[in-house]
Amino acid sequence: MANRTTWDRIRPYVMIAPAMAGILTFVIYPMGYLIYLSFYKYNLMNRAKSKYVEFDNYKQIFTRGDFYKALGNTLVYTVGVVALTMILALLTALWLKRNTRLNAIIQGGIFIPHIVSIVSVSLVWLWMMEPSHGMLNALLRSLGIPPSHWLQSSRTALVSVIIVAVWQAIGYYALIISAALRNVSPSIYEAAALDNASRAKVFFRITLPLISPQLFFILVIMTIGSFKVFDIVQIMTGGGPNDATTTLVYYIYSYRTTNIGYAAASGVTLMAIIGLLTFVYFRLLSRKVHYQ
Amino acid sequence: MASIELVQVTKVFDKTAVIDRLDLTIEDGSFTVLVGPSGCGKTTLLRMIAGLDLQTSGSVRIGGKDVSNLAPGQRGVAMVFQNYALYPTMSVRENIEFGLKNNKVKRSERIELVESISETVGLKDYLDRKPSTLSGGQRQRVALARAMVKKPAVFLMDEPLSNLDAKLRGQMRIELIELHKKLGVTFVYVTHDQVEAMSMADRIVLMNGGVIQQEAAPEVIYRQPGNQFTAQFMGVPPMNVYELGANGIKFGFRPEAALLSQSQTQSQSPETNLNTNTPQWSVRGTVATREMLGSETIYQIKSGDRSYMVKSADDQYAFDQEVQLRVDASRIFLFAADGSRLLESEPDYAGYMDRLRGQRHG
Repeated sequence: MANRTTWDRIRPYVMIAPAMAGILTFVIYPMGYLIYLSFYKYNLMNRAKSKYVEFDNYKQIFTRGDFYKALGNTLVYTVGVVALTMILALLTALWLKRNTRLNAIIQGGIFIPHIVSIVSVSLVWLWMMEPSHGMLNALLRSLGIPPSHWLQSSRTALVSVIIVAVWQAIGYYALIISAALRNVSPSIYEAAALDNASRAKVFFRITLPLISPQLFFILVIMTIGSFKVFDIVQIMTGGGPNDATTTLVYYIYSYRTTNIGYAAASGVTLMAIIGLLTFVYFRLLSRKVHYQ
Repeated sequence: MASIELVQVTKVFDKTAVIDRLDLTIEDGSFTVLVGPSGCGKTTLLRMIAGLDLQTSGSVRIGGKDVSNLAPGQRGVAMVFQNYALYPTMSVRENIEFGLKNNKVKRSERIELVESISETVGLKDYLDRKPSTLSGGQRQRVALARAMVKKPAVFLMDEPLSNLDAKLRGQMRIELIELHKKLGVTFVYVTHDQVEAMSMADRIVLMNGGVIQQEAAPEVIYRQPGNQFTAQFMGVPPMNVYELGANGIKFGFRPEAALLSQSQTQSQSPETNLNTNTPQWSVRGTVATREMLGSETIYQIKSGDRSYMVKSADDQYAFDQEVQLRVDASRIFLFAADGSRLLESEPDYAGYMDRLRGQRHG
């Protein structure tokens, strides 16, 4: 009897142990170690020469211009990508709402960028954005619009990266929104029609509130994802030109060998910023989100 | 106040005509129930009146005005949906108010209307709640209030009670009848439930396969069914209808028209029945099932390969008991091979009745 009760007590813990082991090893421990590292001037060649420097790394972060530059780039990138993707994905989903065969094909088409590797996507766009021989400039020239330097000018490089990221993300999020739209009972729209509601009113008073949980989810997920952007920048610009596209994660990456303690402190800062942002989202918006 | 006229309306879905050149006039102030089995086109008809589905051809007139191509919101109709279709993200007050706001009703007037309507349907304490926190009956009331507050000339209802439990449904039926009396506007109510149709309508439109089978007051539909379909659709259990055995003629009688008695033994000649003053049709059978419902009992009487449903106030007959089933000739209906009713005025009527009475011996 006593044996059984002990087993009963520990059984749940045994059950979740495998999952917890994974989380501890791959999430909790690295996070703890990251925070630990951020307080050291870490010596890669000789660990024993690593020095505890208290908040020196953090002090450095907040006094260095290049960190603020990277933070600013990341903010512009995030706002650009999140806003553009959400608006375009919503419009696409509304456009795809009618269940025709053509729409099914289009929906499959716009989803394809999501399943293509970001490396391929970046390389293709890199090629298309080439200023003298690229397709985009050829297109602009043929339309009589002055060509752009795209990735090769510090003024347009970040915007170019945003375009690629948005292009890649639209299909996936349009799919989520379009599923949400289809979930709305058609009789609600019929009731609105009988209530003499204008199209704008139907959209803002009925459609938007009804899909707000999904929109909120997309907002949070995309913000976090955009803050952590790395791959597109690494492949397309390498942070350049002149640091115009250096984002926070790319900034951290550039210190991966030269100053581990500093990179770790930047990582912790990034984590704090994302945590804060998500918290703010929930505080400000959760009351506007209608869960049913 | 408005009558509704459907003139030669046709509705085609995917190349199939669900409704083909149908004419129907619904009188101003009537409580008309469109009833029929599922897929008979009754909901399509209602949706065409509302403007939610546009007719393929023909015209819809409300209050003498052609509304064939008018948007639903412009037709002066209100509708209660089967699933209520409340706006889930709005409070009860906002739900009721939405149509008024869209019709640019002034704020002070709006508040007054919402208050008085919510009082009428008993929702005053729930105005600031979300529909998801209400019970089925309360949601039903919100849907009604939302329709009523617009003061429509025509009230359309699409099986509004089918999501409620039996007890609440009975209660809401009475409330709807009272509501109709009070508002005095035209009610068009769609249901597949003939009990609902009988209990609420002052005019029933019975449909099948997109065609109106009969259009009459409940009593007429029940006592004088125009054809076999009507006879068998209205009434629980349905009318017993069997082949007469000549020219495809069928005969039928309502379960409550049959009288049961202890089966006579063979020695007592069947002629005793003939001695009674009224002509009767009778058959011997055994009780196959017995449902005691309280005030009445429903028996299934098996006789040969036929079984007859009988509704009787008498619950003394037991399972497997031999009984004699008699029906007064005046309560027997005859139907022609195409399902149409054979009236007493028809020349062949008497002949077929004689033949039916003769069968008892056979």
